Amino acid sequence: MLGGVCGGVARTTGIDVTFVRIGFVLLTLGSGIGILVYALAWLFVPLEDEPTNIFSRALSDRRGIRLVIAIIPAFVLVQVVAASLSIAYVGTFTWPVFVAAGAAILIKRNASAAESAWIDGELVPMLSIGTTRHSRWRLLGRILGGAFLAAAGLFILVSGHGIGTALRPVGGAVLFIAAIVIVFGPWWLSLLRDLMAERQARARAEERAQMAAHVHDSVLQTLALIQRSAEDPTQVVRLARAQERELRSWLFEGRLPGSIAEHATTLSEGIEVLQQQVEADHGVTVEVVVVGDCDLSDALRALLEATREATVNAAKWSGAAEVSLYAEVECDAVSLFVRDRGRGFDPGAVPDDRQGIAHSICDRMHHFGGSAVIRSAPGSGTEVELSMPRRELVR
Amino acid sequence: MTDQGRPRIFLVEDHAVFRAGVRAELGDAVEVVGEADEADAAIELICERSPDVVLLDVHLPGGGGQAVLAGVLPTHPEVRFLALSVSDAPEDVIAVIRAGARGYLTKTVSGPDLLQGVYRVAAGDAVFSPRLAGFVLDAFAGGAGAGDLAAGLDPELDQISPREREVLRLIARGYTYKEVARDLMISTKTVESHVSSVLRKLQLSTRHELTKWATDRRLV
Repeated sequence: MLGGVCGGVARTTGIDVTFVRIGFVLLTLGSGIGILVYALAWLFVPLEDEPTNIFSRALSDRRGIRLVIAIIPAFVLVQVVAASLSIAYVGTFTWPVFVAAGAAILIKRNASAAESAWIDGELVPMLSIGTTRHSRWRLLGRILGGAFLAAAGLFILVSGHGIGTALRPVGGAVLFIAAIVIVFGPWWLSLLRDLMAERQARARAEERAQMAAHVHDSVLQTLALIQRSAEDPTQVVRLARAQERELRSWLFEGRLPGSIAEHATTLSEGIEVLQQQVEADHGVTVEVVVVGDCDLSDALRALLEATREATVNAAKWSGAAEVSLYAEVECDAVSLFVRDRGRGFDPGAVPDDRQGIAHSICDRMHHFGGSAVIRSAPGSGTEVELSMPRRELVR
Repeated sequence: MTDQGRPRIFLVEDHAVFRAGVRAELGDAVEVVGEADEADAAIELICERSPDVVLLDVHLPGGGGQAVLAGVLPTHPEVRFLALSVSDAPEDVIAVIRAGARGYLTKTVSGPDLLQGVYRVAAGDAVFSPRLAGFVLDAFAGGAGAGDLAAGLDPELDQISPREREVLRLIARGYTYKEVARDLMISTKTVESHVSSVLRKLQLSTRHELTKWATDRRLV
């Protein structure tokens, strides 16, 4: 798929997309007109979810048009130089190149975001131009190459005409170049500045959008929650606390709130993420104490998942406002205790749905050779003890 | 302690809102004999009124909680300090404990727990929050290594006993002293004496890991 023209034709006419494609290929093979039709359709037919086509956007893109006009002096320059050196084929050759360049600029600036990204990703590297950073050696090579070409050109000129006769056209060309640079130079520079400012503005806008999205997701949501629970001070404190922690980790550690696996590499980091999530989702305070630390392995990730399950259970069912979480890293095992002082339950008479949860904790642990013990009695809270053997070394 | 066993307490805290909150939470169970919001005034007033327990904010204008401890304890060793902190940063906590505070609680502590802490400190015992217990376990981890003995560490001061470790682990898990006692089948008094012994080691140990550990783990 290129511009999606075949798909569009197929959608509106009801003909199968494969036949449409075959048709275009036949047209192209027959007379080459297929390519032209395709390109024009791509330019003039708007995308499904966009109101305007590329051509009409290009017409209203004043900066883009200025940019195209700005290359006209360069084109005239090449024409004049070519004429003064009487190299006719350069003159005829530059026409299509300049028209194509102008069209490419307008299309690139006005294509849809996805197509523009495709041009950036596929075509620009192919031409090896654009914003990719070049090493110093490459720059040096380019300067040397340019100097060599200039010297060679001068040599050919002089050897062809003799110094006296060559001086005139060369001098004229140089004067003409100087005139054009003096006339159009400032304008080119201002255009360049404009383009850079535009690019910077775009980067800033993107950054602002990202920031706004994050602030909306976290801070504004929390503020709304705080307003709603204004008469419950503990809830307000908890929300403020969770938000503060999250904001801090975002501003100073550059960590986005999210899943354990993505954002934690060590056990204590994982527990911190878990704490934030449970506090934010279930409105309890999770008191965390971690002794020692180690890198996460698959087994320890399973341990964290089981811990999360146990903590969420405590938050949901116990009725307690606080859940204690204690983790200790020893040389041969990691122990984790999740404790609440809530209503507790009789492990002998567990309703089926909680039995299921208990199983999912135990099964997770057993799969990696760990163990889980749940202690509880009505009225005296619940404690889940998880233990996972570890094979990797302590940090 | 004065009449009816009401401990006389003194608040050192630079946030007026928090001072008022503590006063309200402790209510009539204690007698608040004074308040201060910075270190120099606190030292002067504490020496003048000699309260049973000083509730001490770790972060204070004028040198922090440590300055208050250093200013009061040499002349009035009978005054007991209970540190309160929002920061939970290990180096802060360890520093005030080593400067002489007999306990450490986070400011999020509930009213009844704070009151119990005050009573306990007034009675000469130590108060460990789960987090402080965790700090100690972390700092004293590893037990007796050959390196420790070679480094000339005193096993009496620089290690915690297996029993003390058990007590600390239960406290770190969120157990109250009473629950610890029940779990280990010992009396609450014994639990208190274990904790006080750990406090003494924490204050006197020259174990180099203690400071190194505290600075290594700025973020908890």
